[in-house]
Amino acid sequence: MTNPSSKIDKNGFTPSPSGKVGMGLWLKILCIIFLLITIIGGLLVPVPRLAILHETIRNLFFHVPMWFSMIATLIASLIFSFRFLSKNDLELDVKAEEYARVGVAFGILGLLTGSLWAKYTWGAWWTNDVKLNGAAATMLVYFAYFLLRNSIDDEHKRARISAVYSIFAFALMTVFIFILPRLTDSLHPGNGGNPAFAKYDLDNTMRLIFYPAVIGWILLAFWISDLRIRLHKIQNQLEQIQ
Amino acid sequence: MKEITYLIRKEISLEWKTKYSFNGLLLYVISTIFVCFLSFKQIIDPPTWNALFWIIMLFASVNAVAKSFMTENRGRLLYYYTLTSASAVIISKTIYNVLLLLVLSLINLLFYSIFIGNIVQDMPMFIIGMLLGCMGFASIMTLISAIASKAGGNSTLMAILSFPILIPLLITIIRFTKNAMDGLDWSVNYKFLIILIALNLLTMALSYLLFPYLWRE
Repeated sequence: MTNPSSKIDKNGFTPSPSGKVGMGLWLKILCIIFLLITIIGGLLVPVPRLAILHETIRNLFFHVPMWFSMIATLIASLIFSFRFLSKNDLELDVKAEEYARVGVAFGILGLLTGSLWAKYTWGAWWTNDVKLNGAAATMLVYFAYFLLRNSIDDEHKRARISAVYSIFAFALMTVFIFILPRLTDSLHPGNGGNPAFAKYDLDNTMRLIFYPAVIGWILLAFWISDLRIRLHKIQNQLEQIQ
Repeated sequence: MKEITYLIRKEISLEWKTKYSFNGLLLYVISTIFVCFLSFKQIIDPPTWNALFWIIMLFASVNAVAKSFMTENRGRLLYYYTLTSASAVIISKTIYNVLLLLVLSLINLLFYSIFIGNIVQDMPMFIIGMLLGCMGFASIMTLISAIASKAGGNSTLMAILSFPILIPLLITIIRFTKNAMDGLDWSVNYKFLIILIALNLLTMALSYLLFPYLWRE
């Protein structure tokens, strides 16, 4: 196997250009402001009273953005897997792995917030709902991905094989997450005739919080991934020194 | 094209010479069905019948396809590498596995009907569903078998890697064949038919594109 670029050192990492590391300061500030709006506003604003949902509608600001963040980070992981296969640079593999880890963490948070909410609105921790099954299957796929990574010792081989698996699995999961739910009814608000905030009253105060919440949580997910990627790189360099 | 037919013929003649692995699969399916028969006796409930059928099929196909790359030793893989292209290898393995699973599913259906009873109302539709299901199983598992064999060739890994990504296919196929069992009109099944065909095309295209990355070392 030959490295396509001469810039890559003997360990397969591109020497990172000095300066410009990680996320911009403005994005971090924006993330903090939006999350403050989400937490303070989300708990205090008046919300419409809908049957079944009542005050639990506030979970919209916390549960739903978890899935948006998970999908955003998993797509980032997918893109880095693709780029790894074309460029063969191990740094891209580190990124793919860390984005997947953060995506799974947000997925678990999504499952927890959803499960708690379901207990008080639907009366059960888990139901046979197409969206729940899709989420659970996605978690299983990514746990299998991490297991696959752990089972291979050689770095280049691990990166290549796990990139192939992640692309293959993601493509099939898209069918499950984005296409199957459209064909069957779900218990979720807004599906199968269940009330949701947009459907009946177009509540604008909720939108005013919901959109910043989505952006804020996604930015937080990328910020965490960014920190983890930098930590991972430092650990790799420490191992090389020793 | 010629390469692919030669490779498929090689797989079949290899299977024919070492009959023990195919006979092993056959025995695996039959004894599983017999165990199910002893535990369930007769099944009258269509969803249970259908689910049990596909679970037997799932485990049998994991066992059948797992060996497609794991039994290949390093020397033989190197020999292929010098002779043919990666795409010829993956296409021939996939086609061979589709054929293998089709034979296996027909045998499964036969013995399942004998022991547990046949309550399918629309047999042609059920067979079409079975065909599409076998194609999907074979194409997904062939690539996963290549991945698992590169990662140490342990058969638990094969099951762990393939089960979660088989779920979308399995759910669709179970709904499709359930409708066939109830003898519903064909128009009910069109959307599932489209998803199944799309899933098959998607997996085949992906394995064709991704396999070369696993192949070279």
